[in-house]
Amino acid sequence: MTRMHVLSILVENHAGVLSRVAGLFSRRMYNIDSLSVGVTENPDVSRMTIVTMADEDTLVQIKNQLAKLVNVIEITELSKDSAVLREHVLVKVSAKDRVGVMQICDIFRANVVDISREYMTAELTGAPSKISAFIAMMEQYEVKDLVRTGLTGLARG
Amino acid sequence: MEMTGAEILMECLLEQNVDTVFGYPGGSILHIYDALDGYSDKIRHILTAHEQGAAHAADGYARSSGRCGVVFATSGPGATNLVTGIATAYMDSVPMVAITCNVSNALLGKDSFQEIDIVSITMPITKHNFLIKKAEDIAPAIRRAFAIAQSGRPGPVLIDITKDATAEIADYQKQNVAPVKKEAQATVKEFEKAIRLLKRAKRPLIYAGGGVIAADAAEELKAFQRLLDAPVTLSAMGLGGFPAEDSAFCGMIGMHGSKASAYAVEHCDLLIAVGARFSDRATGNGDGFAPKAKILHLDADRAEIGKNVSTDGFLVGDAKAVLQKLCQRLEPQAHSVWMKQVIGQKKEHPLDASVLTPQYILEETRSQTGEDAYITTDVGQHQMWTAQYYQFNKPRHFISSGGLGTMGFGLGAAIGAQIANPDSVVVNISGDGCFHMNMNELSTAAKENLPIIDIVMNNNALGMVRQWQKLFCEGRFSQTTLNKKTDYDMVANGLGAQAFTVDTPEEFQAALKAALACRNMPTVINCIIGMDQMVQGKLTESNRE
Repeated sequence: MTRMHVLSILVENHAGVLSRVAGLFSRRMYNIDSLSVGVTENPDVSRMTIVTMADEDTLVQIKNQLAKLVNVIEITELSKDSAVLREHVLVKVSAKDRVGVMQICDIFRANVVDISREYMTAELTGAPSKISAFIAMMEQYEVKDLVRTGLTGLARG
Repeated sequence: MEMTGAEILMECLLEQNVDTVFGYPGGSILHIYDALDGYSDKIRHILTAHEQGAAHAADGYARSSGRCGVVFATSGPGATNLVTGIATAYMDSVPMVAITCNVSNALLGKDSFQEIDIVSITMPITKHNFLIKKAEDIAPAIRRAFAIAQSGRPGPVLIDITKDATAEIADYQKQNVAPVKKEAQATVKEFEKAIRLLKRAKRPLIYAGGGVIAADAAEELKAFQRLLDAPVTLSAMGLGGFPAEDSAFCGMIGMHGSKASAYAVEHCDLLIAVGARFSDRATGNGDGFAPKAKILHLDADRAEIGKNVSTDGFLVGDAKAVLQKLCQRLEPQAHSVWMKQVIGQKKEHPLDASVLTPQYILEETRSQTGEDAYITTDVGQHQMWTAQYYQFNKPRHFISSGGLGTMGFGLGAAIGAQIANPDSVVVNISGDGCFHMNMNELSTAAKENLPIIDIVMNNNALGMVRQWQKLFCEGRFSQTTLNKKTDYDMVANGLGAQAFTVDTPEEFQAALKAALACRNMPTVINCIIGMDQMVQGKLTESNRE
């Protein structure tokens, strides 16, 4: 059964590592829903969080193929129950109805981080479903620009 | 000790016991060739006609000797000319280290003259690659490259070094190279499961591939076969991994495989894959392969388990180590009825010696050269005929581009095999299409006085494609009839080889004898054969892809 999986991958922080990982996914016809990457507490190591839609067999293949990359240090799968999973969104909407926008932001505990005469920008951090629900509500205010970071996460405990 | 980056590279090659390098100089790799000149008493350099030939030669050197092949090329086109050779080695898991030089640091990323991002280009066709921009990073990269190329499932590694890094001075300290570990990673539980599968099997079949040859596990495979009492089929990459003359051998598997192997695959209840990867050429489309069988997969590469077929048991690790452990745990089994059924399917191919046929050429070559000759091939009908008719008894003696199917591979590979085995007979079996791809390397063989015998099966066609056109395109032979005006004798002579053109069995016999008698120059034997000779196999029998 194809479903969403979240892989947390520690890699050596070298030039070209992102390209190796992304290239592996495209070359082997694996899906990437989102990919986020940043340095860890150790400046020599980065953590990638990859969200992929895959069946169980393909997931095993993905892990095995990733493990063959010389720059990959560790691969763990994060599940909703055993990990904190978060995504960040910035959404810029029309400022015509400021009160309406701010009410929605209040309900979702989003922050307005920029405002001009024409537009206002809100930010929200949360689980992807919450982000999607927030975006759906903001759509009525003419979304001008929107950016999601893709999922990132850490195992609990 | 202080020395230049280029000298550090030479010292690191000596650390790895490298005494032979294939390559081609150029602007960016200037300093390396300058340093090489000072090491010419320790490192032999074979200058080829083209970088592709050098890459194939390093490959043939590695396949025939089991050592890591090394190839040098300059930046830009020098590096891109290696690409087909590196990809060929990658697909067939051949240990190779390719060293290219790039433009100096300050010129990187500026579309400078002969600049190419070869690291990005070769990412999908190497086990790993490096861009080295400082002399001090050269030694660690070279040591890591050799370790990666030769460990686990072997494969090519590329190191791209900037020109200024090869001139820069850095400290070098000699290091002893730790031997590459060859071990079984499989757990006790996995071994127990494997033994259970083996004991329960009533009709087991061993399907072995290139992993047996890479791991030098032919003896262990034979011991395992004796214990299990099962027939053995081989992938093209596995030929020689089990003796063709052994009564348990039922021929090659797959599209161009034997009838006996097809029967065994169809009826076996346990298929034990040893260092083989269930490629589409071996299994067809995967569905319906070995329909009655459980699958036990032994492979050095964990990512091969379950990739193309789902398995019922698996053992990850070096084929030699895994087979040794299996043999320790398995009591002798007996499957005499099943063995008789499979081996009874073996077909004799009666030889018609009245006309010059591919089969005659191969059987005559086999009988004149014996089982010790190294046989390289190009790709096409002649390759499959070689796989089918030439009786390979020893590993590393059939050297052929199995995975990538690289036309033009054979002559370069033959040069590498002959350099690695100077006293052996090396024969390249080629076709007239392939001959025209990389015949330039005849000049390399001639210059190095290599007695390579280049047998060209000349059917005036791209025979394998023609065969497909006959089967699938209603005989429309689009662009596969060659009609070249090439005078083979003149071309061969012009490049420094002796040549014969033959069109009867007697002429071939005599030409081969003359070629074998000559030990200081290459020979081309241009064999005129019929255009409509087909490669027999599943493809022709069932008329489907």
